[in-house]
Amino acid sequence: MEKLPAWADLVLVPLISLALAALISALVVLGIGGDPIEAVSVMVKGALGSAYGWGYTLYYTTSFIFTGLAVTVAYHASQFNIGGEGQAQLGGLGVALVLLAVDWPHWSVALLAASLGAAAFGAAWAAIPAWLQAKRGSHIVITTIMFNYIAAALIVYLLVEVLRPVGQMDPATAHFPASAHLPSFGEIPGLSLVFSKQVPVNVSFFLSIAACFAVWVLLWRTRLGYEIRAFGKSETAAVYAGISPTRVIVVSMLISGALAGLMAVNNVMGESERLLQNASEGAGFIGIAVALMGRNHPLGVFLAALLFGFLYQGGAEMGLWTTIPIELRTLLQGLVILFTGALDTMVRMMLVPLFRAAPMKRIGGAA
Amino acid sequence: MDYTTLIEILGSTLRLGTPLLLACIAGLYSERAGIFDIGLEGKMLMAAMASGAVAALSGSAWIGLAAGITASLLFAAIHGLASITFRGNQLISGVALNFVASGATILIAQTAFGQGGRTPPLDGAARFQAITLPFAEALSGVPFLGPFYAKVISGQSLLVYLALAIVPATWWLLYRTRFGLRLRAVGENPESVDTAGVSVIRLRYTAVALTGVLCGIAGAYMATSLQAGFGREMTAGRGYIALAALIFAKWRPWQALWATMLFGFLQALALRPDVIEAMSPGSLTIPVSFLDALPYLLTVIVLAGFVGRAIPPRAGGQPYVKER
Amino acid sequence: MASATETGRQATAAPAPRPPAIELRGISKSFGAVQANKDISIRVRPGTIHGIVGENGAGKSTLMSILYGFYRADAGEILIDGRPTVIPDSQSAIRAGIGMVFQHFKLVPNFSVLENVILGAEDGALLRPSLAKARKTLADLARDYELDVDPDALVEELSVGHQQRVEILKALYRHADILILDEPTGVLTPDEADHLFRILRGLKAQGKTILLITHKLREIMEITDEVSVMRRGEMVATVTTADTSPEQLAELMVGRKVLLHVPKGPANPGREVLRVSDLHVTDALGVERLKGINLTIRAGEILGIAGVAGNGQSELLQVLGGFAKGTVSGMIAVEGAQIPAAGKGATGQTRRQIGISHVPEDRHHLGLILDFAAWENIAFGYHSAPEYQANALFMDNDAILRDTEGKMDRFDVRPPDPSLPAKSFSGGNQQKIVLAREIERNPVLLLVGQPTRGVDIGAIEFIHRRIVELRDAGAAVLLVSVELDEILSLSDRIAVMFDGQIMGERLPAETNERELGLLMAGVARTAGAA
Repeated sequence: MEKLPAWADLVLVPLISLALAALISALVVLGIGGDPIEAVSVMVKGALGSAYGWGYTLYYTTSFIFTGLAVTVAYHASQFNIGGEGQAQLGGLGVALVLLAVDWPHWSVALLAASLGAAAFGAAWAAIPAWLQAKRGSHIVITTIMFNYIAAALIVYLLVEVLRPVGQMDPATAHFPASAHLPSFGEIPGLSLVFSKQVPVNVSFFLSIAACFAVWVLLWRTRLGYEIRAFGKSETAAVYAGISPTRVIVVSMLISGALAGLMAVNNVMGESERLLQNASEGAGFIGIAVALMGRNHPLGVFLAALLFGFLYQGGAEMGLWTTIPIELRTLLQGLVILFTGALDTMVRMMLVPLFRAAPMKRIGGAA
Repeated sequence: MDYTTLIEILGSTLRLGTPLLLACIAGLYSERAGIFDIGLEGKMLMAAMASGAVAALSGSAWIGLAAGITASLLFAAIHGLASITFRGNQLISGVALNFVASGATILIAQTAFGQGGRTPPLDGAARFQAITLPFAEALSGVPFLGPFYAKVISGQSLLVYLALAIVPATWWLLYRTRFGLRLRAVGENPESVDTAGVSVIRLRYTAVALTGVLCGIAGAYMATSLQAGFGREMTAGRGYIALAALIFAKWRPWQALWATMLFGFLQALALRPDVIEAMSPGSLTIPVSFLDALPYLLTVIVLAGFVGRAIPPRAGGQPYVKER
Repeated sequence: MASATETGRQATAAPAPRPPAIELRGISKSFGAVQANKDISIRVRPGTIHGIVGENGAGKSTLMSILYGFYRADAGEILIDGRPTVIPDSQSAIRAGIGMVFQHFKLVPNFSVLENVILGAEDGALLRPSLAKARKTLADLARDYELDVDPDALVEELSVGHQQRVEILKALYRHADILILDEPTGVLTPDEADHLFRILRGLKAQGKTILLITHKLREIMEITDEVSVMRRGEMVATVTTADTSPEQLAELMVGRKVLLHVPKGPANPGREVLRVSDLHVTDALGVERLKGINLTIRAGEILGIAGVAGNGQSELLQVLGGFAKGTVSGMIAVEGAQIPAAGKGATGQTRRQIGISHVPEDRHHLGLILDFAAWENIAFGYHSAPEYQANALFMDNDAILRDTEGKMDRFDVRPPDPSLPAKSFSGGNQQKIVLAREIERNPVLLLVGQPTRGVDIGAIEFIHRRIVELRDAGAAVLLVSVELDEILSLSDRIAVMFDGQIMGERLPAETNERELGLLMAGVARTAGAA
């Protein structure tokens, strides 16, 4: 197949994929009697038209950055981690246990401790599928999916039977102590001039940006990152070079699970301030779309997470103000994964004629 | 547990095992041809919604079944396009289509019926009704075997018998016909098929289409037989459990029957907390959540290879690139 | 000489007693900017064995793929038995009476021989009648052409030689009149190769036309009637075999005089660097791959391991390189100190730390990460080396980059761009990257597998010279190659492996290809030429 210039591959392919997904979604909207133009304008207005909208968009973005990075790190080790959802739920459990254990003196200390709890629980939930993949060859795609279901059942059990305070009806933990309250953008000096108090976006947004940078450093500046990428490209060669497959699979999955778990700092600690059933609300799955759309690069993940934050918030507004059901988001998300992850060759083939005029570099020869 | 209870559970095993069996055999055709299909779940879900909706509108379970198969085939075609024609990542394609199905089913059902993403309840000819086999009544008095025949074998819906018939049919097709030989070959070494002058692409599309048809039946069974209508996410991971059963069965039809019935039995058991409680030792009660998670746990154990090791078709998951 | 001018084309249309079995006129094929076949014309007389020789990448394989319908030519014409024939797919090739035996067999490993033979050539939708018919036909073919194979055996349980017979049977079962064989002897012992040639002569006697693609000139001289030479996508000559010589063919292939021997002084062996005693390896399936290997190599000498591929050489390199698969027992000592043969202490990293470098047999799957840039590949396996670290946490990518620039310069890697991915270099330049990385570590022991496989002639000389220089600098070298010429010209001592054992050791000056060939075939360890 003919090759595209690198920039087209990095930028144009995801954009065209997104356009295709949007186009099909628009057709579906038309098909169910909605008005796509109205839908888009409601989405833009609701997600980007006000500081309030941005407050939600960035809140979702924060979650998606974490889950997108989780998929990215595993992906570089050629592990397809579909378990972000379960790992994020367990991360929420970690946050809840940490924050309910003691009365924290200051939110910053609480944030540090909760982050560790979230990362540890998320990592632990990824550890079993990772170990089974490394040692028993159990396909990680299926085991992580199974672990999502098991996580959901486990959380329900714990919330109903163990963590629910006496006398409370709904399955949830007690509220976290007020000292563990994370400042939202409305409470941060400077930002509070723009944002109102009620926005859910909070300081963990900055944590997610730090995570982007940390993942970039990890993958492209450290020995471990080198080993992860080498193993991900060629397992046989990695073994020749003395890289242990078990170590790479387990460590990369632990990091991946930890990142997915860290998402709970945003939604559980920063927003709901107690652990609820199904707290992650599918953000673990959206991480797949975010990572694929972001070409598995932290910068791309950031941009894609922003886009999905917009779609998520806009979609919620659309569900509220139009007749179009909110599930359009899931459809769009699936289509983005389909076009960027599975039909990418088709998208490239569509682009090739555009570049045919330009002179091209040598293509890998015959033989 | 007394015999009557066991008979009840076995009857429900067959009912709950049937969609797993259909999906498992569906996956068998695809994977034997070298195409991984994580998207069994999504195809079943689409088929369940389509058949539930069309059966409700037409009042005919048969038209519903046809609609389910059509919807599933559409998804199979997209998966084929992505994994065969465009040589994309088969895992990602399957996962993506599951999301598309999850969103699209609710979107369509909600728009069409406005009942919170459900389709209207079905009754009468809009459902596949239980069929009483000959002599079921007469033989029910025979000790031991009588009740088994009357309550487990007899009284199931037509689609259950169809699913059971598909097992030997698949075996025969796979091991006794030209098509089966080629199908097995293309999953092991597509080059052998290609150089023999047989189209790899056509074979694989055929296999993917068979997967679509069987997932369609599985989904239609869910909505028009096992239950009376489509509900949100009603397949609840059955597509993944079917995949695990397929691995457990080492990609063979008869073993697929036993594996899916084992999982069906577990699901049947999870529906009977009273039985579980009666069997629980002492004061220890097994939480319902654990029973809900049990099929998934068992799947992980199966995948971990603690119960038999399996070698998948050698060319599985790899797009075929014609190369010298 | 084949000509492709207009007049030439008209001339070929002139009536002949019996038309050529295959005639190609002006075949061209490009892949992107690379022209794999340029205006190729050739006539193959019916009932003859016609050889096609050329270096790797000369375009032989592309040409055969066009004949078998895998690729479509951009331009040109194919005539089979004088009739213009269009071959858009393998089905059409089979219908035109063409059968192909590929270098890498196209068999289903867990199918029986019969099932493999009928695949795609079944009679009707049910298998039983087809299998019964094939069983009978196979018995006839076995009788006529020395092609005996157990029809019920699973292909994966057959020897390579027998698997090849299944491929030939497949073609004959489909009534092929023209048989194309691509590098058929690459995986065969000399004995099996002789048997194959007997089969081919038998087929020729029955009037079949055979096209033999190879780069082994000896075989061309032995069995063909005519031979065509390809170079860089062009057909440079077609000559009668009886009228040519290996030297002339080699010169035609390369386009200049070929240096067949490496200039190399006598070895100056020093202390013992490697000692291997009673080394056994059993793979995951329980097959014993190494059956008690004993060998030693001294500083400043090259030990060549000769043998047909698949006789344990790969496993030997894997154990020594620290990545054995399966169960290992036995003793390995480097410079007098015993090192673990397998297990936790035996990894690529620990081996490199004690000065063992390894140029692996398969640079695409072992030696390089094809998607990594050249500079990342230079650090591959040495990514923990102190000079590549900025501090305890981070790697020093600039240091690796600078080191890569130096290595690319000293090893004449072209293009000298460290940021290009490894996959965009030619085979020879890829191998130079691996060699630069491994040789410049100044190892005490260098493991080299198939150093010149898929490498162009110019680079072969360069690579051989570097290996000899390393030896002269005092390193011990273990050279594994399936090319006897390479073994004979580089080694100071030669050990021959067969079936996981060392059949014997010889000095290059005191042996010849025939004796080595017998050892490679597992024939008794008798000294001296027979």
